[in-house]
Amino acid sequence: MAVYVVIGIVAILLIMTVSTYNGLVRLRNRVRNAWAQIDVQLKRRHDLIPNLVETAKGYMTHERGTFEAVTKARNLAQKAVGTGVGAQSKAEAGLSGALSRLLLVVENYPDLKANQNFLALQEELTSTENKIGFSRQYYNDSVLRYNNKTQMFPSNMMAGMMGFKASEFFEVKVAEEREAPKVSFS
Amino acid sequence: MWEQIRSNQIRSVILVAGMAALLLLMGYFLGLYFLDSGTGGMIIALILWAVMNLVAFFQGDNIMLALSKARKIKRDDYPRLYNIVEEMRIASGLEKMPDIYIIDDPALNAFATGRNPNRASIAVTSGLLQKLNRDELQGVIGHEIAHVNNRDVLLMTLCGILLGTIVILAWYATYMLFFSSMTGGRRSSSAGGGQAQLIILAVGIIFIILAPIAAQLIYFAISRKREYLADSSSALYTRYPEGLASALEKLAASTAPVKSANKSSAPMYIINPFRKKGRAASDLSSTHPPISERIHILRSMAGGASLADYDNAFRAVHKGGRGVIPLPAIAGAGAVGLRPAVPEAAQREAKLGKVERTREVSDLMWRLNNYKTITCACGTKLKVPPKLKSANVKCPHCGRVNRV
Repeated sequence: MAVYVVIGIVAILLIMTVSTYNGLVRLRNRVRNAWAQIDVQLKRRHDLIPNLVETAKGYMTHERGTFEAVTKARNLAQKAVGTGVGAQSKAEAGLSGALSRLLLVVENYPDLKANQNFLALQEELTSTENKIGFSRQYYNDSVLRYNNKTQMFPSNMMAGMMGFKASEFFEVKVAEEREAPKVSFS
Repeated sequence: MWEQIRSNQIRSVILVAGMAALLLLMGYFLGLYFLDSGTGGMIIALILWAVMNLVAFFQGDNIMLALSKARKIKRDDYPRLYNIVEEMRIASGLEKMPDIYIIDDPALNAFATGRNPNRASIAVTSGLLQKLNRDELQGVIGHEIAHVNNRDVLLMTLCGILLGTIVILAWYATYMLFFSSMTGGRRSSSAGGGQAQLIILAVGIIFIILAPIAAQLIYFAISRKREYLADSSSALYTRYPEGLASALEKLAASTAPVKSANKSSAPMYIINPFRKKGRAASDLSSTHPPISERIHILRSMAGGASLADYDNAFRAVHKGGRGVIPLPAIAGAGAVGLRPAVPEAAQREAKLGKVERTREVSDLMWRLNNYKTITCACGTKLKVPPKLKSANVKCPHCGRVNRV
């Protein structure tokens, strides 16, 4: 009788261990996937900016400083690629701020806004900004779930033993970025 | 949003099982009456149902899209729509980009189809693209992506087919009962069975009349719940419930029915596609919850966009009682803030953009219909139908002759 009880307990423990482990792996993969999504969109933004600056420069002759700020922020952000979530999110927040300032002054140039090429670029940029926002949102949701699992009992024991470390959130630190994450020109 | 799918399945399974039981009982009574064998009838009903399911599973989305005369578009055909779908795909964590279709119809509506998230399509009417601004379109697409992500399409197809089979069987049964009582054919042979059999027959007839109604009620119950869930997910994805609320308001106000919709495809749409002639969408439409209520709930989500916020709003609107979101879905998630409102400049832009948007969409529809566009020297854009034989067209504005 006692043998069966022992076997039963061992079996239950085994099942729990396996399912906890698999749960942790699933959540960690989701975090990694979500990060890859952000990466794709950030790269897209880096690629769009030279185009945008090129198109807009001819019209916006008085906005040299704004362009320089955008280009500088872009180069900083590109350098930060692969340096970890914290550093990268800081650099990208700077870029977001510079970009939203540029898009704000665009309002003063009606000729530019009538340019088909620019309109297409603007739609791309608007959407890329939104996509960055949404992928960050999904990433942070995934990180929250994953971190909860690595810190809560009993899965935290498993996480500690198997080296599942908590992930970093993709944070928005710069004030401008928090105010204008959404650019809508519908 | 992930747990929501799982825990919601249990209730749905019970309801689907109820419908399946109705179908089997129906087959049993029919078999008893026409074949003198209840089991035989059950088997026939099952086979009919299985065949219809197989067709729906493998070709359901194609049939649905073909019936609604939807056209597939590529990214370059209409970047704004494509981008919005991609935004919502990212927000929902869906892995594969769904196919996008456009229905050439001034009505405002949209639906999602496809048996699983890897094979999904989203169709919107051209009227929707014309009338909604970016935020509103995002809300609607979020709702459709939620249907895909929650696997509602498969569930609703499954239920729709169960319902369809029951209705078909009931229709044939009443037809045949009527026919056989006219000729008096089968009655005489079973008359020897005595009173017990007569009672069974009477019960059977009543059942055959009531079964389609019962099945329909179950179907509506499932379908309405899925609509609420999709609304709540849309608010969560976009972080902006007002977008969907204002879109629903526009949808409710439009009076045009979707021309290509029929009874079986109705629950797939974001709002009921039928209208009494010239009337706005009715609050009594039964596959969907009342639109006014859906708007009210979305607008009552005080300062948050999480599923819990939606659930609280739902309960407030319904004066207490049970919520609509399964508990496990709420438990794991933290508070979710709203995204800030669109800056004033963009709102001004939205008003200006209306004309451009309409032109954009109508240009798209011309292109999809294979019309060629020629820009005349006076600035007029001539749309040339694909069937035109002659090599020249005269501009109606300035009279110049343009080569095709």
